[in-house]
Amino acid sequence: MLRNKGIAFKLIFYILVSALIIFILIFGYNYIVVRQVISRKIEESAKNLAQATTSRIDIVLRSVEKAPENLACFIENSSYSKEELINSLRSVVENNPEIYGGTIAFEPYAFNSESIYFAPYFYKSNGEIKFTYLGSETYRYFYWDWYQIPRELERPMWSEPYYDVGGGNIIMATYSVPFYKTVDGERRLTGIVTADISLLWLQKMVSSIKISQTGYGFLISKNGTVVTHPTEKLIMNETIFSVAEARGDAKLREIGREMIKGMSGFVPFNSIVTGKKCWMVYGPVFSSGWSLGVLFPQDELLADITRLNRMVFSLVIAGILFLSFIIASIASNITRPLRTLAKKSEEIGSGNLDVEIPSVKSRDEVGQLTESFVYMKQSLKQYIKELTETTAAKERIESELKIAHDIQMSIVPKIFPPFPERSEFDIYATLEPAREVGGDFYDFFFIDDEHLCFVIGDVSGKGVPASLFMAVTKTLIKTIASKNMSPNEILKRANVELCHDNDSCMFVTIFLGILNTKTGEVLYTNGGHNPPLIVHKGKGGDFLEMEQGTAIGAFEDIIFKTERLVLQSGDYIFMYTDGVTEAVNKTEELFSEERLKRDINVLLEKSVKELVLNIVEKIKDFSQGVPQADDITMMVIKYKRKFKS
Amino acid sequence: MRKVILTPYLFLISFFCFIAISISAKEEPLKKATFIPQWAPQAQFVGYYVAYEKGIYKKHGVDLTIIPGGPEASPSELLNSHQADFATLWLSSGIQMRDAGIGLVNIAQILQRSALMLVAKKTSGIETLQDINGRKVGLWGLIFQIQPKALFKKYDIHVKIISQSYSVNLFLRDGVDVASAMWYNEYHTILNAGINPEELTTFFFYEYGLNFPEDGIYTLQETYEKDPELCCAFAKASIEGWQYAFVHPEEALDVVMKYMEEAHIPANRIHQKWMLERMKDLILPEDTSIAMGRLLFDDYERVAQGLKENKLIDEIPGFETFYKRCDNHAKE
Repeated sequence: MLRNKGIAFKLIFYILVSALIIFILIFGYNYIVVRQVISRKIEESAKNLAQATTSRIDIVLRSVEKAPENLACFIENSSYSKEELINSLRSVVENNPEIYGGTIAFEPYAFNSESIYFAPYFYKSNGEIKFTYLGSETYRYFYWDWYQIPRELERPMWSEPYYDVGGGNIIMATYSVPFYKTVDGERRLTGIVTADISLLWLQKMVSSIKISQTGYGFLISKNGTVVTHPTEKLIMNETIFSVAEARGDAKLREIGREMIKGMSGFVPFNSIVTGKKCWMVYGPVFSSGWSLGVLFPQDELLADITRLNRMVFSLVIAGILFLSFIIASIASNITRPLRTLAKKSEEIGSGNLDVEIPSVKSRDEVGQLTESFVYMKQSLKQYIKELTETTAAKERIESELKIAHDIQMSIVPKIFPPFPERSEFDIYATLEPAREVGGDFYDFFFIDDEHLCFVIGDVSGKGVPASLFMAVTKTLIKTIASKNMSPNEILKRANVELCHDNDSCMFVTIFLGILNTKTGEVLYTNGGHNPPLIVHKGKGGDFLEMEQGTAIGAFEDIIFKTERLVLQSGDYIFMYTDGVTEAVNKTEELFSEERLKRDINVLLEKSVKELVLNIVEKIKDFSQGVPQADDITMMVIKYKRKFKS
Repeated sequence: MRKVILTPYLFLISFFCFIAISISAKEEPLKKATFIPQWAPQAQFVGYYVAYEKGIYKKHGVDLTIIPGGPEASPSELLNSHQADFATLWLSSGIQMRDAGIGLVNIAQILQRSALMLVAKKTSGIETLQDINGRKVGLWGLIFQIQPKALFKKYDIHVKIISQSYSVNLFLRDGVDVASAMWYNEYHTILNAGINPEELTTFFFYEYGLNFPEDGIYTLQETYEKDPELCCAFAKASIEGWQYAFVHPEEALDVVMKYMEEAHIPANRIHQKWMLERMKDLILPEDTSIAMGRLLFDDYERVAQGLKENKLIDEIPGFETFYKRCDNHAKE
């Protein structure tokens, strides 16, 4: 998938992914550590705050506790009149601004045997101290919590906070201290001294706790009853446990249980007010068994790191965008010329060598590549130019050679039978140059009415020089050969002519004969040529035994010898050049004289044309497609005596 | 578009409606009646408030006025002085009052099971009934003491009785080892003071053969004799109100919360929810073939015997005179 994408994409992809991974690791580590550090700090300060607050509450409560405790102590340890008792109580209520009211409540008939109830009560109302007696059929104080619980437990204690009966919305709490009297040596609980306080200050103190924007403090009583809370509906209506039940929050119930047991803690908690994630610190108010909880909204306290993180994150995003931009531009700097090069090379590939390759100024790899491209283009162009020229030259030469070939072919007689009016002999010849033009030649012409001069030759070398030399030789011989000249003379004169100015030292093997068409006598001279085959009618052929002679054209003063033979009617003379016998096949085997002789002997009954063509065919079969290395030339003359009728 | 001229039809329709309403109104004029529950508004009485709010009383032909209950209002006194036509009372109270000469009759026994229970903390070492022996037990007033005393007598348990007030704080502070509680009220208060159910040992009186079913609907015999249709209409509508509340608990809670707020009573919805659920458990008869609101003779006998044994009554009033069965009353 990625493999098919461009370099730019890959670069951006890999670098950005790596950069992102590195960033996320660093960022994550940083975030966790900072968060831990801050959380620890928050926990520390939260605990301090909770402790400080509960201590302040404790100090107030403890100072309130002193008054009824001292009063109880006074009652226990001294004898007093009713007035003294009431005055002491009055001064306690009067002298303690925190104390809203107080009573000294006696057990039934404990103050005197006449009245079941005795409970003088001083309380503040509109800045005045008021007095009443508690206890009636409708208010049997013995069974009220403030009396009954310390009485049963026989120890001083704070009541659950309660709404003041008839007194607005003020939450009160009562501290009750039992007092005793020793009667008949037995220490007997005689009554309860109380001090009522308004918890307004406490509500104010706790509600003044503001942590960040939404953090708050709350106080629950020993029963878990909500005493202060920003949500007013909860106050005195709900306990932390009923809130937990309503929220289906088992964790809150557990926290509440810890709180009312007087434990301290720091726990994650979702705010009841905002639903936000918070930390909650809680700690006990030791004197009353109440518990303070303070909520620290996590997101607000961590707002700074959140802001920092957001900033860092934005910077990273910006950085990554910048990085992408840089990479993209680098990549495009690299890939643009590459793409151009790719496109240009495609054009070059399709043959347009004139495309403009944009110059690259940089000396980097791309610059080098571009330069190489330019160089390659120029070389190619040069090469192709040269090639075009060469091809043109070659074509010209080829066409010239073609013409030369045609000319050469036209030099040697090509029309068979050449002399249709002469029935004394049949003649057939073929010449297959190995290249366009060759050095072989044959010729036949009448010197006079009776004598047919025939010649076959093979110029040393091949190609154009050989063909030119062949043309010269042939023309020369035809020019020289005249009446009453013997073959050796012809050759001798031709040799002399050829030797003149033969700087190239070419030579030609030649076999020349003159046939007396009347008698069948053949005078012949061999200038270093392959001996022809003489085939006597009905007897088969054999190579002519004769002087080997020397090839003409090389040395001027060569003596040639004319020899003689007589052909009977039906005899052949088969002349050839070494291209025939030296034709090779794939195994580099030569066609050979033997094979030629054998093949000819099979074809005795054929006409001259058929004989030649058959031999050509056989050579082709033999060579098995191996290209012809030398010109192949054959000429056959069959003598047919002409009988005078 | 085809325009329909509605005016004549509207006129006709309103005319017939008017006729229909006047006929039905004429046929069954609403009868005025007053009712007082035996305590301040809470889910213990949600059936009556729902029946009122949903117009069920009106449907049954009763134009009801609910007199707010509470510590200052005594239902028996209001009944006796004709200030209230109907009131809810405990069965034991009802029998006591009948015995004391107040001519009232039960027209529906709403609670089938006693919700009174004893509860103890396991930390105080109380796991079985016998563990109560020698402990401090918080008991409410006389009427609430019949069942516990019968229980202690039955199982030969001797305890120190402490008068228990309305709060459970004495128990929570360990001033008593065992506390009285109503299952639908104080028990939940204890749970919501942070004590888990598994930390408590509970003793339900009905499990010990002391089922004293509590709330029932009462009226004066003379009121009943004068207009039994009205009395039974009230009883039936009340039961229907309860049925509606059980099917639509949230709506019922909305109603009860409204009444509590109007009465300036601390309203704790989750507590009321618990109360409603427990009322459902206590009201629906275990034997589903029995209609809601039946007073069974066995229950009556048990409660009356308990009262007599405790000398709270002299004679057991005749069941037939005490209970006027409304669920098979002919008039619908």
